[in-house]
Amino acid sequence: MAEILTAPPVITRQITWREGNPILDNKCPSGDLEKRWTKHKDSLRLVAPHNKRKLEVIVVGAGLAGASAAASLGELGYRVKVFVYHNSPRRAHSIAAQGGINAAKNYRNDGDSIWRLFYDTIKGGDFRARESNVYRLAEVSVKIIDHCVAQGIPFAREYGGYLDTRSFGGAQLMRTFYARGQTGQQLLLGAYAALQRQVELGNVQVFYNHDVLDIVVEDGRARGIIVRNLISGEIHRVAAHAVVLATGGYGNAYYLSTNAKLSNATAIWRAHRRGAYFGNPSFVQIHPTCIPQSGEYQSKLTLMSESLRNDGRVWVPRTPGDKRPPHEIPEHDRWYYLEEWYPSFGNLVPRDIASRAAKRVCDMGYGVGPTGRAVYLDFSDAIKRFGKEVIYQRYGNLFEMYEEITGESPWETPMRIYPAVHYTMGGLWVDYNLMTNIEGLYAIGEANFSDHGANRLGASALMQGLADGYFILPYTIGDYLATQLFVKLSTDTTAFADAERETRQRIDRLLSTKGTQTVDEFHRELGKILWDHCGLARNAQGLSQAYEQIRQLRERFWREVRVPGTGQEFNQNLEKALRVSDFLELGELMVVDAYHREESCGCHLREEYQTEEGEALRNDKDYAYVAAWKWAGEGEPPILHKEPLNFEFVKPTVRSYK
Amino acid sequence: MRFTLRIWRQKNSQDEGRFEVYEVDGVPPNASFLEMLDILNEKLIKEGKEPVAFDHDCREGICGSCGLFINGRAHGPLPNITTCRLYMRHFKDGDTITIEPFRAKPFPVIKDLVVDRSALDRIIQKGGYISVNTGSAPDANSIPIPKPAADRAFDYATCIGCGACVAACKNASAMLFTAAKVAHLAMLPQGQPERRQRVKRMVAQMDLEGFGHCSNTGACAVECPAKIPLKAIAQLQRDYIWANLTPDPHAP
Repeated sequence: MAEILTAPPVITRQITWREGNPILDNKCPSGDLEKRWTKHKDSLRLVAPHNKRKLEVIVVGAGLAGASAAASLGELGYRVKVFVYHNSPRRAHSIAAQGGINAAKNYRNDGDSIWRLFYDTIKGGDFRARESNVYRLAEVSVKIIDHCVAQGIPFAREYGGYLDTRSFGGAQLMRTFYARGQTGQQLLLGAYAALQRQVELGNVQVFYNHDVLDIVVEDGRARGIIVRNLISGEIHRVAAHAVVLATGGYGNAYYLSTNAKLSNATAIWRAHRRGAYFGNPSFVQIHPTCIPQSGEYQSKLTLMSESLRNDGRVWVPRTPGDKRPPHEIPEHDRWYYLEEWYPSFGNLVPRDIASRAAKRVCDMGYGVGPTGRAVYLDFSDAIKRFGKEVIYQRYGNLFEMYEEITGESPWETPMRIYPAVHYTMGGLWVDYNLMTNIEGLYAIGEANFSDHGANRLGASALMQGLADGYFILPYTIGDYLATQLFVKLSTDTTAFADAERETRQRIDRLLSTKGTQTVDEFHRELGKILWDHCGLARNAQGLSQAYEQIRQLRERFWREVRVPGTGQEFNQNLEKALRVSDFLELGELMVVDAYHREESCGCHLREEYQTEEGEALRNDKDYAYVAAWKWAGEGEPPILHKEPLNFEFVKPTVRSYK
Repeated sequence: MRFTLRIWRQKNSQDEGRFEVYEVDGVPPNASFLEMLDILNEKLIKEGKEPVAFDHDCREGICGSCGLFINGRAHGPLPNITTCRLYMRHFKDGDTITIEPFRAKPFPVIKDLVVDRSALDRIIQKGGYISVNTGSAPDANSIPIPKPAADRAFDYATCIGCGACVAACKNASAMLFTAAKVAHLAMLPQGQPERRQRVKRMVAQMDLEGFGHCSNTGACAVECPAKIPLKAIAQLQRDYIWANLTPDPHAP
């Protein structure tokens, strides 16, 4: 008789948290939506020019948000210190954004308006963002384009010399400005150049190769940072009147993502441990069009811009397991499932919808490629309609990139794509002034949770990063700095000493463990747990399992990790170990957040809460709030503060793209 | 696939540095060059040896962080591509590969294959921008720019600042890098008010950093991952001569 094989028992752990007081004051103004930002700006305190020179601001990170903020604060006359772990501020990951930047310019005469951009963004985020913030974002979007053109950013233009635009997912208008497939690069280089101008003028100092390892909080106020010089290994204390975190997202918790390898959560996670609330940590965007993983050795996934869905058609063979090469599959055997399921938006449905649809058809066995985890993105119709020249103008560099990586030419055969972790809507909780609940600590760009709700629309990350940095923070930070004029800065305090000591202890512990497993091995394991249980689809059972697995993995990490070298030198493995140790804690909070939210919304699909067609089933009665988590100590259940979302101007509806 | 690697090891900027030889096996042909080094480093850590330091970040050819001198060429044997976009299938099984840092006097070695390229940022500081403060811009469409000019400006603006042009040049000249920025802004109406000063100051800083003169061989453009055309250098030289030899009509 055959032996009956039993699966190993699934070990789960009951996920717990405590509920704290709701957040009732997010500093959002009241009254007419269109007048709120203007009214608010007029009520903010000001700092006179001669006093601005006495105020020091630390900016951590120099991507779109950080560089634009630092440059603008320098122009205003504040003393600004920027810290980047890169060897130049131009390396920040904003550089890799491809497709474009939204703005409600209505240059197309296609009926766009601030209201429509606002509405599309709120709806795209599945009604899990604040009306006031999102409206302000749409409002300042128009000024971003003006400023960037004045900086000399070479946006795409029509033959008449005026700016060109294209469509992006989740919108029925053409409001996306672009610079071929390198919009992020061009915008970042604009902000970088503005920053370098301030360096030359002596208003801003940029510290290269400096990793921020802790935030110093004194009497509830941010007072500075602890940084490690990555080249010498020295650890320094730096004090300031305010600290701005512009450190980007934490998608690298999943190991494989479209983020740059060094992107990390350390600064925001350390701020969280010092008391800053973490908003909606489980809201992670999984981008539908990435090149599928091809092997275990792979270090990252490469995005293919959403703009490709303007002209590319997504399909799979109508018969599961059809192994014919794509060009041999006749039209009637192809299933254009997005066009069939969502006729009004077709291939341009928002990212969460497109990603889930790809997973669904692959789960049903229709997937293509060696692993069956891919769908086709086909340009043959567009090439026939517009000719190669036009398609090259639009996507030339993306086609080349695809061919280099896969060895296949999209001119001849459809691309194979699959969803991958891309962007984190979650981040540090901030009020309308972009200040965290710690006085004087700000979070901007992807590092905060603010504007995208449960799903971000394409071409809105660049918009938000630059809105925060150029046009919002420079106003709101003055309101706080005005109260700090007479504060004498010192790094010779207990709070600084404690933070420095704890940082040194953490480093010593990592270096002295001398185990047998490399940091990457732990990181890969964490990534797999999160991807399997806290990725495209989540359920209570899987999350409870992930919760226990992450705890065990973290425990093993501190026992078994091997970090070579010393702390007094350039040591890339030590840098990595510090980052992964923070991901191991953040990963647990992501799981707790995903578990606690017993509804589906945007990117967050809880399998228990979906319609028969697999669409997200929101529960506005119980979950129309921002989940802001407070750190309660190592191993302690976190504390949940709910910020209710009141919709005064839009009515949350079932989000339909059909 | 299996490779023998001759890698430049140097503890810090004071150390003399030397080549060391490593063997790496089981590399999939579709691994990128940097992923091959990841595989080597994982092996070295397990063996209790010091892993090789190298710069990298986006691993998709746009951030400009990675830069290795492979078998005597900046970013390796293929033209116009970054190290992270070089795949092992472009090598032969059993090959010996020599890996060095980008070498140039203004790029001091920090460790192993990592060099300090901040000299390039200091060139940009001398005018690689349009002096416009946030908040003062007119409506974007009030400055129409002919499409061909905008397209050319874009071609120059795509420089990723990796420094391959310097490493490829026998004079370690940063002409292509500097020219890309000068030419980008020279194409646009917004770039005109500061055009004379920009080219003079950026070239002066380039000399001050210790970059050599243009060798006129065009080796830079062969390696440039952003395919910055050599025409950029012609544009810089024209602007430089014009700025120095013709009277500035706006001079006081």
